[in-house]
Formats: sequence, structure tokens, C-alpha cells
Amino acid sequence: MGASYWWMLLGMAVATYLPRMIPLTLLDGKELPPIVSGVLRNIPYAVLGALIFPAILHIQDDIVFGIIGAITAFALAFFGLDVMFVVIGTIAVLAVYSLF
Amino acid sequence: MGCLVNTTFFHGLKVGMSIAIGYFPVALTFGLLAKTTGLSIMEATAMSLFVYAGAAQYMALSLLATGVAPWLIVTNTFIVNIRHFLMTAALSEKVEPAPKWKKAIYAFGITDETFSVLATQKNRQITTAFAFGVALIAYSSWVIFTAVGHVIGANLPQFLQKAMSVALYAMFIGLLVPSMKGNRKVVLLATIAAVIHCVLYYSNLLSTGWSILVATLASAIFVEILYTKSNKNIERFTEQKEEN
Repeated sequence: MGASYWWMLLGMAVATYLPRMIPLTLLDGKELPPIVSGVLRNIPYAVLGALIFPAILHIQDDIVFGIIGAITAFALAFFGLDVMFVVIGTIAVLAVYSLF
Repeated sequence: MGCLVNTTFFHGLKVGMSIAIGYFPVALTFGLLAKTTGLSIMEATAMSLFVYAGAAQYMALSLLATGVAPWLIVTNTFIVNIRHFLMTAALSEKVEPAPKWKKAIYAFGITDETFSVLATQKNRQITTAFAFGVALIAYSSWVIFTAVGHVIGANLPQFLQKAMSVALYAMFIGLLVPSMKGNRKVVLLATIAAVIHCVLYYSNLLSTGWSILVATLASAIFVEILYTKSNKNIERFTEQKEEN
């Protein structure tokens, strides 16, 4: 790769940084209409739903793999395990599953 | 369980550890793929160092391999990352007041994963130090394991590598479920967004970058309207009662 790669990298860096930086610095301490801040407060939970499904089902070609992973993670989290142990526990279960 | 109040830089490092673990296999694989795409270790690591966006970086590799024009890769990067507008707007409601330049620095570290961790903290406000801690450990893992992946390849045992592909999603679930307990609004928000995203995904209506954005926003707006209306009904009901 030559100089064009580095120009592309610069473009990618800017295209990634602006959506991260602009709202955080511009909305700084601004009083928003109640409905807007209500919607913004909903974003984290909605985004988690959209990030998890359907992607988790397709982490491997075998859809059963993803389903077992999803069920395990939900179960571990439901029983109150800390995030770290949900991650490690789910990896462990899937490691055992893919050995067989 | 960690401390109830996570405020210091050190707390941030600790809480961000699950992201660092989740990034490990993804960054390792990215490093390896970058090598097979023909990038030098400098070029591959620089992409993780300066761009720092998993989905966009994977996309860039596949487009580079097919010889797509650089400006098109940049455009695609923007589209894939447009959802971060929504995330950082949401985060701006929750972070403590700080000088703009400090916010501009840790804004660089906002990814799907760091956002999820920060936004689901129980604290009413996120301190700047805590945000820096979470961002730094996640970023370090991403950059370091990109380089490692390029050098040694993803030489983990096959079964472990497969199993680790679930890490980030397990983390998302681990963050979501505690908030779902006893909170119907959260359950509704996550479920509706998941269903909309599945519909968009399987029908190929939108590219992934847009479909996450649309599913999230649609769910957040719909549920907010639903709850505002039902709250108004309750208010009206209690007003009537008081009149009687």
C-alpha cells in the first residue's frame, strides 16, 4: 500500500471521530425538550437490543452455536452474575460445545 | 459485583476489562486478516490506532481486497459509524460537566462497547475520570492485539477462537439483563429494537450501519411516546378523582 492508504486512513479517522465528538461537545449542558431527552435516555437499552440481535445468532455458520451462546449469556446474567463472569462463562460453555 | 459507585479512573479500568477481553479475539483476527490483505504491521496497527472502529475496519479490509476506491471506503466508514451520533448524544445527558477538550478526547474512545458500559452504569452521572478509564483499557486492548495478531496470527486453538467470538455479545447481554429486571420499559425498548433490526437485516432493506440506527431510534421514540401517553392518562385519571 502506498500514500493513498494513509490518505484513506486520515479520511476514515475523521469520518469516525466526528460522529463521536460533535454531539458530546455541542450538546454539553444544553437543556433539551423533555421528549428529546426522554428518547435519548431510551437509546442505551434500544441499542443493546439491536446490537445483540440478530448478530449473536450468526457468530458462526452453525446457528445453534449462536443460540446456545445467547441462552447461556441470558441465563448467567439473569442469575445476577457480573458482566465479566457472563462473558467468561458463555465462552466456557461454547468452548465445551465446540469440542464435541 | 463491583462497587456500587464507580467514579475513579481505576474503577473505569476495572469495569472496562470485560471490553478488553471481548476485543482480544476480534483485534487478533483483524491483525491477521490485515496481514493477508497485504497491509504491513505499521499500516494495520495505524488503522486501529487512528480509526478505532471494529466494523468499519473489517469493512475497509474487504473493500481494499476488492480494489474499491479509497474515497468510497471513507464514505462507507461514515455510514457504518453514523450510529455513534445517537450514542454520544445519549451519553451527553449522562456525563458530568467537563471542559470541552476533555470530552473531545474521551469522545474518541466511544464505541458500541464503551458506550454500552458507560450508559448502563447505575450512577446518575458518569465522571470524566471513569470514562477515561473505560475508554483507555478498551482502546489499549484493540491496538495492542491488532499488532499481536499481525505478528503471530490468530494462533489460538480453533475451539477457543470459535467460542470467543461470542464475547462481545455476551457482554452486551450481561449489561442489558440487570436493567431489564423489574423494568418493563427496558424490556420493551430492547425487544422492539431487536425485532426491528431482525426484520431490516433479514429483508436486506438497509445496510448494517443504517439498520442499527433506524431500529434503535424507532424503538426509543415509539416507547417514549407510549409512556408519555400513558402517563398523561394516569395524570388525567388522578385529576378527575381529585375533582370528584
